[in-house]
Amino acid sequence: MRYVYADNAATTAVSPHVVEAMLPYMTEHYGNPSSLYSIGQTAHRAVAKARAQVADALGAEEREIFFTSGGSEADNWAIKGAAALGAKKGKKHLITTKFEHHAVLHTMAALEKQGFTVTYLDVYENGIVRPEDVEKAITDDTCLVTVMYANNEIGTIQPIAEIGRICHEKGVLFHTDAVQAVGHVKINVKEQNIDMLSLSGHKFHAVKGVGALYCKKGIRLPNLIEGGAQESGRRAGTENVPGIVGLGVAITDMTEHLEENAKKVAAMRDRLFEGASKISHSRINGDTEHRLPGNFSMCFEGVEGESLLLMLDMQGVAASSGSACTSGSLDPSHVLLAIGLKHEVAHGSLRLSLGENNTEEDVDHILEVLPPIIDRLRDMSPLWEHIMENEKNK
Amino acid sequence: MEYSEKVMEHFAHPHNVGEIPDANGIGEIGNAKCGDIMKMYLKIENDIIVDVKFKTYGCASAIATSSMATDLIKGQPVSEALKLTNQAVVEALDGLPAVKIHCSVLAEQAIKAALADYYTRQGIDPEPIVGKIEDHDHESCAL
Repeated sequence: MRYVYADNAATTAVSPHVVEAMLPYMTEHYGNPSSLYSIGQTAHRAVAKARAQVADALGAEEREIFFTSGGSEADNWAIKGAAALGAKKGKKHLITTKFEHHAVLHTMAALEKQGFTVTYLDVYENGIVRPEDVEKAITDDTCLVTVMYANNEIGTIQPIAEIGRICHEKGVLFHTDAVQAVGHVKINVKEQNIDMLSLSGHKFHAVKGVGALYCKKGIRLPNLIEGGAQESGRRAGTENVPGIVGLGVAITDMTEHLEENAKKVAAMRDRLFEGASKISHSRINGDTEHRLPGNFSMCFEGVEGESLLLMLDMQGVAASSGSACTSGSLDPSHVLLAIGLKHEVAHGSLRLSLGENNTEEDVDHILEVLPPIIDRLRDMSPLWEHIMENEKNK
Repeated sequence: MEYSEKVMEHFAHPHNVGEIPDANGIGEIGNAKCGDIMKMYLKIENDIIVDVKFKTYGCASAIATSSMATDLIKGQPVSEALKLTNQAVVEALDGLPAVKIHCSVLAEQAIKAALADYYTRQGIDPEPIVGKIEDHDHESCAL
């Protein structure tokens, strides 16, 4: 049976090129970059090269790139650091959105417990923050605005440059969680007025456990991890050299092929939307224009997401859902609720996230197996029965 | 969270799915907001459950517990069905993840709701026989 991996927003396959680049740093150049002998220095140079590669991809300077254990650490560092800087000046207000990743939302909740106040901006039905709302929310007490670059569930891309401009006019730091965006859409931190940006390697064919924070020079963010003098004394811990090397190669590869990849992936995604929209009582979640190329998110009424994705798995399709059952809580995804979906609609959500490795045959396979699965689940669904009865009585 | 093979088997190929046109006991429990609804159809003759069918909207464990619960009462006297506990359904499925135990409670309650309907149709007050039917708190979705 064909196996279609359509959950690239969760994680991606490590590219053979990345693996090849990493291997020597495990078996041959395994030295500690802080050591002075030659294999240590080889590792040190490799980390420096990867730093330059990441800086290049983002339009940043090398000294503005700090490697971390991933996106969550980068988010925690940026937000907690900016809050600490703000608190020193008596500024204890932060602004974010209702549909951030939990790495941001739970960090905000932790800060609220420490006496900070947080404004959670509306993202409207299309899943896009309005810059004028950011402007209105900024007060004299605001120390940070953080808005994700692109949403992880519905893929909507935010007006980052515009929000950054407003923040700079008001003298407020601006951070963006770009974990879903890096490697998939063109980013330039200088042109887009970004002060801090979080990224994660495994979302673009590097390995899990490595990421980076871009932090504009001059912003003296307090350390999150204390210890040795690695990362210019700003992030302690022996460098994950193979992971960092892989991250550098992956971001370079993605940046070089960004436009052709985006075109190819978006075309496949659009075909999925077109095919799946023929299923009755379905809806696309979020703006279709300002959207990550690989993101497909739809809701199908009368079916429940976990059942849907387990049946898809039995048919060889790996997907994701924002239903309560899959979130492990009683509520469906906060993202789908933030764009105004009712609980019962959000329970029937399906996210497919395509990548460069997917093919047109994958799309054919999904479109072949999806409609019969929906039919089968609806056939045994009393909710679907109620929906049909309500329509008859109208 | 991982499902047992039994759960996956009953989810992939559920038993007793559908409706019974001449059912004499029908019960529905759960609601759309909370993400699970179970509807049970019973055909009872001479105090024996001669047929049972279900329709379920919900996650894999909701479908699997419906399937197993209907298996456990099919062909049984009503008195046995009244004794069915969610724990028996969980055990028959070789266990459920902790967060999914509520599905087995729903299955038990859906059968009780159908039995209550059976008694009501005969002009008998079901509560002393079946007990109180538990359902989701619509606000919090907790059981």
